[in-house]
Amino acid sequence: MMRIDVGSVLRHSANLPYGDLVTRSTGAAVRRCIEAELAGLGEDDVATLDFTHIGMMDYSCADEVVAKLLLDLARRGARPSSLVFHGITDAHLEAIEDVLLHHGLALVVHFADGAARLVGAVSEEERIIWQLVHTRGGVQAEDLAAERDRAADEVLLVLEALYDRRLLRRDGFTFAPIGVVS
Amino acid sequence: MTAVITVPASLDDTTFELVFEQLAAQPADAKVIVDARHCTWASPYGLVNLLTLAQSRTERPTFLIPEDQDKVTYWARAGFFKFATELYDVQGTIPRPRGSGDSDVLLDLTQITKSDDVHDVVERVKDKVTQIIINKLHLAARATMGITMALSESCQNIIEHAGRGGWVMAQTYQYRKRLGGRHAIVIAVSDAGVGFRRSLESSPRRPMTDRWSDGFALETAFVSGVSRFPEPGRGQGLKGIRGYVNRWDGKFTVRSGTARIGMIPTWDDDVPRADGLAPFPGAQLQITIPEKVAA
Repeated sequence: MMRIDVGSVLRHSANLPYGDLVTRSTGAAVRRCIEAELAGLGEDDVATLDFTHIGMMDYSCADEVVAKLLLDLARRGARPSSLVFHGITDAHLEAIEDVLLHHGLALVVHFADGAARLVGAVSEEERIIWQLVHTRGGVQAEDLAAERDRAADEVLLVLEALYDRRLLRRDGFTFAPIGVVS
Repeated sequence: MTAVITVPASLDDTTFELVFEQLAAQPADAKVIVDARHCTWASPYGLVNLLTLAQSRTERPTFLIPEDQDKVTYWARAGFFKFATELYDVQGTIPRPRGSGDSDVLLDLTQITKSDDVHDVVERVKDKVTQIIINKLHLAARATMGITMALSESCQNIIEHAGRGGWVMAQTYQYRKRLGGRHAIVIAVSDAGVGFRRSLESSPRRPMTDRWSDGFALETAFVSGVSRFPEPGRGQGLKGIRGYVNRWDGKFTVRSGTARIGMIPTWDDDVPRADGLAPFPGAQLQITIPEKVAA
């Protein structure tokens, strides 16, 4: 798993002497540096973007660093297979949620206290299924179907949709959380 | 010929319309004297727009400072004369500024010309804004980030769209009339740049309609989130500010050209859209976040 310290990217790679992700030009500079680092990853790798050393983030920066990054990766079919955001606080979340909803995107966020959450444009059923997978650590559609009192093929559709959006990983018939931080 | 522009005794977003009206009667290259001698109070909106007014003139205007020395001292501490002396021939004795030292001033008058200025603004306000949000406005800590984001996005509006520099100022007040004595944070941002209509006219995203006007342009940007830039993520700054202001029962207005649009809370009696105002270049934003009413 590759871990990218966004604070370090901001100050060293992008060479900007700040602790906050504000302004679109700052966001674009940071995104370009992150894209360069991600280019070296192999298929099915998971990259963690660590925001622990970032103060606040505004909408313009969130659009560049979060939304554009996810959109560009999806558009180019680029690897890594998944991105996880770590060290997220309330100082980041408002802007991140806004831009994700605007673009119809979603991502997995690991908060500073260790909790994980699916953030962005997902249905209530997707959120529940994702949470169940995250709690169990690895399940098949049949297991969840019994628990949700739903047909297995319906649950499988939801799981596959989450996998296609890089919000879960898959090993055969088993679906598991991505980027569990040890 | 020289025209005298009289500054009202109390200068805020409402009374500044009287200044715009007097100014609109003068050709852009006419010499004007801005007479603030009888001005006894000015909001951040008033101060930033006195600077923008000078920036909009071809001929360097003259500024007559308030007769009330307390006001002059206060304006000096807020940083007004630092910029005013660059833009006006200022007449009157200006005290040496000794830093704001005023707990009500969240952000002194600050010039915004480049991206670094926005970083500077965020860095300067973030500690103080937390104290004000929690101790004076009694809002949840999460509101702190929103107000800083609103500041950042509204300042970026100048850099991205105005085509020239502008100013920002933020302060807390105790509103005696409209808010029943509640405190509020007021942010004012102003520039004398191209304004919303001309900015959108430079883009293929401009709606093609024969009703095109300053008011329509404002509505296109403010309500629909359309920006002159083609990328789908653009125009979200204003939308983000609206969401934040709405969440905390605030007021948000944008004036540009001859129109003003706003998100008006129930505690205020302003109109959501006004057309046919006196023309003035650029864009003038004001954000007000009030103290939470105890349940």
